[in-house]
Amino acid sequence: MTHPCVVTLDRKSAPRVLFAGNRLIEVDLPAGTRVIYPKPPLEGLRDPDAAIRYAINHPYNREPLYALLRPGMKVVIAMDDISLPLPPMKRPDVRERVLTIVLQLLADHGVDDFEMIIATSVHRKMTGPEVRHIVGDRIFDAYWPKRLYNHDAEDRDNMAFVGETDLGERVVLNKKAVEADLVIYVNLNLVPMDGGHKSVAVGLCGYESLKAHHNPKVMRKCHSYMDPKTSELNTVVERMGKVTNKVLKVFTIETTVNNRMFDRALSFLHKNEDDWSGNERLAFKGMQFALDRTPDEARQKIFERVPSPFELTGVFAGETEAAHAHTLKRCFEQYCVPVEGQADILVSGIPYVSPYNVNAFLNPLLVQVMAQGYLFNMYRGQPLVKKGGTIIITHPCSDRFDHAQHAPYVEFVHRLLPETRDAMELHRRFEHEFAAHPAYLQMYRRGNAYHPVHAFFMWYWGEAGRQHVGRVIVVGADNAYIPQVLGYETARSMHEALEMAKDTAPPSPQITCMHLPPIVMADMVMPRSPGVAP
Amino acid sequence: MPWRVVARYGLCADEGVLFKVDPVLDAARTMAASYFDVDGTLVRTNLVHPTLFYLLNQATPGRTLARLGGALLRAPLLALAELRDRRAFNEELYMLFRGMSEDRLHALADEVVDKVLRPAIYPGARDLIRRCKDLGHEVVICSGALDFLMRPLARELGADEVIANHLEFHDRIASGRMIPPVVAGPTKALLIREHARRGGHDLDASFAYSDSYSDVPMLSVVGHPSAVNPDAALERLAHAHRWPVVHLDRTP
Repeated sequence: MTHPCVVTLDRKSAPRVLFAGNRLIEVDLPAGTRVIYPKPPLEGLRDPDAAIRYAINHPYNREPLYALLRPGMKVVIAMDDISLPLPPMKRPDVRERVLTIVLQLLADHGVDDFEMIIATSVHRKMTGPEVRHIVGDRIFDAYWPKRLYNHDAEDRDNMAFVGETDLGERVVLNKKAVEADLVIYVNLNLVPMDGGHKSVAVGLCGYESLKAHHNPKVMRKCHSYMDPKTSELNTVVERMGKVTNKVLKVFTIETTVNNRMFDRALSFLHKNEDDWSGNERLAFKGMQFALDRTPDEARQKIFERVPSPFELTGVFAGETEAAHAHTLKRCFEQYCVPVEGQADILVSGIPYVSPYNVNAFLNPLLVQVMAQGYLFNMYRGQPLVKKGGTIIITHPCSDRFDHAQHAPYVEFVHRLLPETRDAMELHRRFEHEFAAHPAYLQMYRRGNAYHPVHAFFMWYWGEAGRQHVGRVIVVGADNAYIPQVLGYETARSMHEALEMAKDTAPPSPQITCMHLPPIVMADMVMPRSPGVAP
Repeated sequence: MPWRVVARYGLCADEGVLFKVDPVLDAARTMAASYFDVDGTLVRTNLVHPTLFYLLNQATPGRTLARLGGALLRAPLLALAELRDRRAFNEELYMLFRGMSEDRLHALADEVVDKVLRPAIYPGARDLIRRCKDLGHEVVICSGALDFLMRPLARELGADEVIANHLEFHDRIASGRMIPPVVAGPTKALLIREHARRGGHDLDASFAYSDSYSDVPMLSVVGHPSAVNPDAALERLAHAHRWPVVHLDRTP
């Protein structure tokens, strides 16, 4: 019996509504298409503050937080940046709740030598208003920017060597954390690849450590990023995390949220279109009418201004690995939908937001990250699409970049990709040049730009998908150049895209539509061959 | 470093040296330089600040008053010249040095750097220059300011070479005129080309940094231009051409 979130379309089925950047479009998919919907949101915790207190007083494999505190000690509190959750959540953010309780505990135990570091790694630095959004007014006004600040991976004087793994991977982290008596990490876990050792060993590191795992060789060995057991990326990060935790005393506080991305008025976007009520259909048509008549810039702003009503579903604290095991369980519970059999053709909309363009436009490199990185990797077991299969996405693929955030991406897309799309070659020939680019590094350090190597990491992010998928076809691109540079084909309509995809698919291809956002993961079960005992 | 010798003078064959490491040869092939404007780019002062320091520090109070009076009378001319172009402004400004002795100008140079320029160095300037040097770039100051001020500032910042204006002296007394070529606007681009040719630098691999729209020619001759603390016109151009826009005035 199929899972209720897996729906097979028939001839009478309504068109499916997919994101195409900051627009919503209706597409007709053939009868027999399998559509995978996100699970309904898990119920939020009724008293989040009590749950946080309980977790830090009853941690896994560690003494309670209060027992680790003593007057005069140095504490660093590190936390996830604005790439989590997506879109940013309504206030109070989970981090504000956790920090409020942790800071009170520090005060109660005479610990006043503490600093709070936003663990941005080589992500862009968060702006003041963004930090205010996640930590709340009281904490922001009291500590920003002297005792609450962004990590700077290029501040050479403030990075310290921690150690080396057996395989020679060097762990170099923020010196304040290395020198602290205790590091408390406040995590907000959106997807299963977040959290765990990634929090400290990646969030507070720099390029020297990142290049050990953010490279095409490692990415090719990931099956998938979202399943830590089969992700080489996770394996390397874990090795480096173990070295970190031998030297640093880390108390991890992990939190999970449900997938309530849209508020009540838009909650129908979670649902099967055939089950929409008359009012919901009317609301969608009104919304689509308004969006289609709104200038692109304004449309983007509308979506950016609407925070999501995510609810806390779990708090797990203590030793990193022990706490993270519970986090993963909760994540999979929210996202995983059992699916039997791979697709020949996978269809999905690409929304306006990714972890790397909060408050900016989803540029072409990030469209690639969403298609061949995140969408492709939303599975456990086997990929949702067969080896050599086709992915069809809906997005305008505009040649548009946010200059303040993504300046190095522009050169990557317009100078490097036309030369080669081979990740290994890009890595070998150009990564070192970008890594030391003086102007881009200053934009990262003194502005709000991503580190120049981040553009390469974004291309590597799609590497596993590129190796597996045969073709990517874009529906609704507003230009031919960008898809061509990315190695994609274009189609004017979904019908045309499906016809193109069928050229290289077996007869009667299995077509699957991944209906996201909100996030959904396929728990792939391969169909049993006839005559083979289970 | 041996690879520099190889790149510049081709002594490799003569010395019988054989390099096997690719990156070394790559680096030698792409010898790059970084060219920096100074005022508004690396320091927050402009040409007027050091000039004022000189005017205020004459040998006697009487001379100081006379110099300041003269400067005030020239102020409208300076304003008009600034509207015309940067070169005309420099020419008008340096006329204020007419009659000053070479000894005094040079003797006060270190003090000008200490009291006027060093405190005005932007927080990110040293870091940017250090990273250029880490790449093996020759770091060159290219400024419309006067050479005897730019040399100590270059030492302070760790720059290797200076392209700057030279005052003309007769019997060790400044005439107020500059010795051509006057370093400003398009001439900066010409001087950078000449410098690159002399030094064996590949301009496509070189970098240039400036804050001002008047330096677009200088930025345009290199493969990697950057707008630093840019004025509005340069910022618009940088966005149009998708050049990096850097703010060295901000602390990380």
